[in-house]
Amino acid sequence: MHEKTPLFHITKRGALPWYRAWMIRAIGIIAALILCALVTTVLTGVNPLQVYVTIFKGSFASARRFWDMLQKLSILLCVSLAVTPAFRMRFWNIGGEGQVLIGGLATAACMILLGGKLPNWALILLMIASSIVAGAIWGGIPAIFKAKWNTNETLFTLMMNYVAIQLVRYFSVVWESPKGSGTIGMINQATQAGWLPEIGNKYLLKILVVAVLTVGVYVYLNYSKHGYEIAVVGESERTARYVGIKVEKVIVRTMLLSGAICGIAGLLLVGGTDHTLTDTIAGGRGFTAVMVSWLAKFNPIWMILTSFLLVFLDKGASEISAMFSLNQSFSDILTGIILFFIIGCEFFINYQIQFRKSGKEEQ
Amino acid sequence: MKKFTALLLALVMVFALAACGSKNEAPAADGSAAAEPAEAASDLKVGFIFLHDENSTYDKNFMDAAKAACEKLGVEYELRTNIPEGEQCYETAADLADNGCSLIFADSFGHEDFMIQAAKEYPEVQFCHATGTKAHTEGLDNYHNAFASIYEGRFLAGIAAGMKLNEMIEAGDITADQAKMGYVGAFPSAEVKSGYTSFYLGAKSVCPSVTMEVTFTNSWYDQTLENEGANKLIKNGCVLLSQHADSMGAPSACEQAGVPNVSYNGSTISAGPNTYIVSSRINWEPYFEYIINCVANGEAIDTDWTGTIATGSVELTEVNEAVAAEGTQAAIDEAIAKLESGELHVYDTKTFTVDGKELTSYLADVDDMGDFQGETEVVSDGYFHESEFRSAPYFDLDIDGIVNVDA
Repeated sequence: MHEKTPLFHITKRGALPWYRAWMIRAIGIIAALILCALVTTVLTGVNPLQVYVTIFKGSFASARRFWDMLQKLSILLCVSLAVTPAFRMRFWNIGGEGQVLIGGLATAACMILLGGKLPNWALILLMIASSIVAGAIWGGIPAIFKAKWNTNETLFTLMMNYVAIQLVRYFSVVWESPKGSGTIGMINQATQAGWLPEIGNKYLLKILVVAVLTVGVYVYLNYSKHGYEIAVVGESERTARYVGIKVEKVIVRTMLLSGAICGIAGLLLVGGTDHTLTDTIAGGRGFTAVMVSWLAKFNPIWMILTSFLLVFLDKGASEISAMFSLNQSFSDILTGIILFFIIGCEFFINYQIQFRKSGKEEQ
Repeated sequence: MKKFTALLLALVMVFALAACGSKNEAPAADGSAAAEPAEAASDLKVGFIFLHDENSTYDKNFMDAAKAACEKLGVEYELRTNIPEGEQCYETAADLADNGCSLIFADSFGHEDFMIQAAKEYPEVQFCHATGTKAHTEGLDNYHNAFASIYEGRFLAGIAAGMKLNEMIEAGDITADQAKMGYVGAFPSAEVKSGYTSFYLGAKSVCPSVTMEVTFTNSWYDQTLENEGANKLIKNGCVLLSQHADSMGAPSACEQAGVPNVSYNGSTISAGPNTYIVSSRINWEPYFEYIINCVANGEAIDTDWTGTIATGSVELTEVNEAVAAEGTQAAIDEAIAKLESGELHVYDTKTFTVDGKELTSYLADVDDMGDFQGETEVVSDGYFHESEFRSAPYFDLDIDGIVNVDA
């Protein structure tokens, strides 16, 4: 005990009861909000209370904003649901972005090439099928390589994003309207061929689709044989082999599912929301979804909350930028601060810092 | 654990204290930070949607004009930057309408469809869109397009470029055959083609041996690509560059290589003090003032408005005497007078050929119904009538003397 012990050291802690874990998260979010207010106030001289009100207004100031928030939440949640089965299997699919884009590309292809040539219901069925197949193929390719030759899925899925982006750029020029603009513009604006139907208002359909998907994925992961196999493969491939699970088959099957759900997200974006295709249509959701899924510990129901949090903060941050005439980059700074704290929380939930004690009580 | 909680709590309190502390400073900072006029003269509020932010020369040009016009007329305004050309544009427009804006403007070509969507849903709000083509066929009372006869400005900037080339030929730096210019374009759209063709014709009007190479970045704003494109052209032997893309990529490449640059959207002298000659730009202030006054007085806004030199919409920035050839300003002034009097036409069919032949007839796709079929005869009286049948450019011919190096 004569040697000098460091001022503090970090140890892994056992499982925290859920309420302590959520308390740490709440503290983290509060600290993040305080820092955001501080940064905003110091840089712009705005009252911090006003900053919070503005963040809140971003999602709740009007009914339209609320619906828009729900819609954004749905799309983000949809992509998060897609990457989650793979994550549970410890398969790091960071190719959600590309899988969404390729699903969108397939949807746009149907709308542009077959719009007006097929009855609308047939066109929409075809869009649904092709977006799911396209997404599944895009997710399946890295899975097959992983299963057969044990390639690194993180790099592979990441690279597939860039292939998808370039494909979308290529077709943006092929289908450009007007000539030379490099953009597709709104597809079938006059005829609305292939636009997903509206029920109630133009947001509700997507929200319902994703709600059904959420329940579906939850049941699939927790109560089906497939879900169990995924969990076992994630824990240990050797164990899985030992109990007779065909690991290769599970990997490919799960990634086909991942890609298919991403394809649906692409369908909802192109057919239901934007009605156009650009290389930015996925808007980084393929990557944000990783965070949503991790923060919720791969639980689809908790993911509703985490995706709400991210969309709420994002809308709030843009509202701050708009209201106080700040550059949009400022909202990125605020979102960055908040995410930093949220992710930091996970560190404090899993580890604890122990300070050097004066007495011997530590022994 | 207790200690840890205590630490976190302490941290929170430090932040809380700091937050409270800065509350006291707030009033002092408030005065200087107030971006919006304190009390608007009228209760009119204008919303603006920009594709990028002030780092893009294109958007900065709009933003400066928006602020100036609104402050001059004493109306409230809201600026939304970095709005992509997708559903986000519609949401932003709807948001601005919900916030009480009775006039909403968007600045990028790809915003058009989403502005139309918003215009249909908010019939009581006026929507204006720069560079678009659909207002005159869409038939909405509250959706309007605008552009300016910027090809005239480009032509004038081309004269400055041609005079610089002449100076270099006279000084023996290059031979007349080496008078090759380079042009970094964004997309091969009519707007860009019209721009570089008029620039080239301006240069050719004073330096007949000039040729030009064009490269495209296929992006409106990409600093790296624009920089690379400029360097490629310089490597190909271009002795003077201009660009139609929105970052400082090309001007800074020119400065580094010591190649003179004729700019767009406003002065880039900060990026190229030793190479910047002059810049043409559209001054959007007259248009913004016009639409604000229309809405304030309850008058109808032109469906398709074209700004000109006469309306003060087409402008040249101050000539950088340190780089420009002697007499540049005088030559520009002379050309302006001739353009105004109708003695001079930018696309005079005697001054250029297409596939070796003089242009006698051309059907342009003015109605832009997505058919890519020309339907309007735009060549008459010996010149191509640009921006007369609609404000957005439709000159999309490939004339002799200009080479697309990407093709």
